[in-house]
Amino acid sequence: MITTDILIIGAGPTGLFTVFEAGLLQLKCHLIDALPQPGGQCAEIYPKKPIYDIPGFPEVLAGELVDNLMDQIAPFQPGFTLGERADTIEKLEDGTFVVTTNKGTKHKAPIVAIAGGLGSFEPRKPQLENLSQYEDKGVAYMIKEPEIYRDKKVLIAGGGDSALDWSIFLADVASEVTLVHRRNEFRGALDSVEKVQHLKNQGKIKLITPAEVVQLQGESKLEKVVVRKTDNLEEIELEVDNFIPLFGLSPKLGPIAEWGLEIEKNAIKVDNALDYQTNIPGIYAIGDINTYPGKLKLILCGFHEATLMCQSAYQRIYPDKKYVMKYTTVGGVTGFDGSKKEAPKAVVKAIE
Amino acid sequence: MSDIKIKITDREGEIHEVDAPTDMNMNLMEVVRSYELAPEGTIGICGGMAMCASCQCYVKSDHTLPEKSDDEEAMLAEAFFVEDNSRLGCQIHITTDLDGLEVELAPEEA
Repeated sequence: MITTDILIIGAGPTGLFTVFEAGLLQLKCHLIDALPQPGGQCAEIYPKKPIYDIPGFPEVLAGELVDNLMDQIAPFQPGFTLGERADTIEKLEDGTFVVTTNKGTKHKAPIVAIAGGLGSFEPRKPQLENLSQYEDKGVAYMIKEPEIYRDKKVLIAGGGDSALDWSIFLADVASEVTLVHRRNEFRGALDSVEKVQHLKNQGKIKLITPAEVVQLQGESKLEKVVVRKTDNLEEIELEVDNFIPLFGLSPKLGPIAEWGLEIEKNAIKVDNALDYQTNIPGIYAIGDINTYPGKLKLILCGFHEATLMCQSAYQRIYPDKKYVMKYTTVGGVTGFDGSKKEAPKAVVKAIE
Repeated sequence: MSDIKIKITDREGEIHEVDAPTDMNMNLMEVVRSYELAPEGTIGICGGMAMCASCQCYVKSDHTLPEKSDDEEAMLAEAFFVEDNSRLGCQIHITTDLDGLEVELAPEEA
């Protein structure tokens, strides 16, 4: 069981900055995120895109902003549970919460801060009639253990980086790799595109474009797929062991929607007059995932919400303590790792 | 201040004729959101970067639209329910040329 003061669900910019504000109050944080790396949308969807409305940064790349936030919070030693999705929440008798992920990791904290953005990123699934019937029976949406494809006939669909990269990787593992894409052009790193071209010329990857998978067949497991060329509508039947559609990720509110929180317009309603608390005391929602009159889904608003939320969390954890806000310029920043940052002291010395 | 008329068929099949301003740097996805013609959280998810297809629509009238960028082209290649007249609403800027435009929102991806 992982225990902490504030359990943050979502490691996007808002969740990360919460660690800093909590740290100033000597509160420890742990973050859960379904993605394998911190940064949320900034890292997953648009790391190379510039953002122009972060105060004090005329221009900053989304990926850089994440790197900066990670540096900024490092002294407060946040814990991370990455690549796991927060699934269930349970309130114990003493008022603390236990949040369990889809992989069974348990986290205990008196405060839960949901900074889940648009929800957790789930693989986009193609619209095929009997797709779910073959899930884990030949159909997978991400590759966790490449070894299970050894000497198998694998069909990958998609036109982005992951489709290209896995086709290249599996060319040496699987007995047969077929790559199917709706267009002739691929969107990926130039290097990957060239490598696939090379492997295709060598006969190690079979390329079918422009085409799409239209049907899955098989008794108890996937045995065959039907691929239709989109230019001449020719249908090709292929015997395969595995079909891996790699169409990117899309965010889903997911299990959080079942936690008994008040939901409006796919977002969690919070009290914006005070502290961004939800209808369940002790659970807060900050950043893009919350809604209130006048809500704007901006990173800078998430930072503000995180700051106020931490003050309220402190009062919940220590109802008897008085806290006076101190400027970092005055008080400096003392990390849990023993590091201390502070403004250089002025020198008091006579000039001869 | 100059508004144009756009006819938008929502995902339930209902037709809305709305005024869209040409002087507010808006795109079609934002127009749909401002009139709440699709539930919040089901359209414009990526915020207008042509990185999801939640604002996909079918263009029904024969207006000349700006060419698709590489990003839009690539996203539509990965989207579902794509037809020849599919476009991403976020990539269509509201200009006076588009007066009378008719579009239908594509179904929401499951």
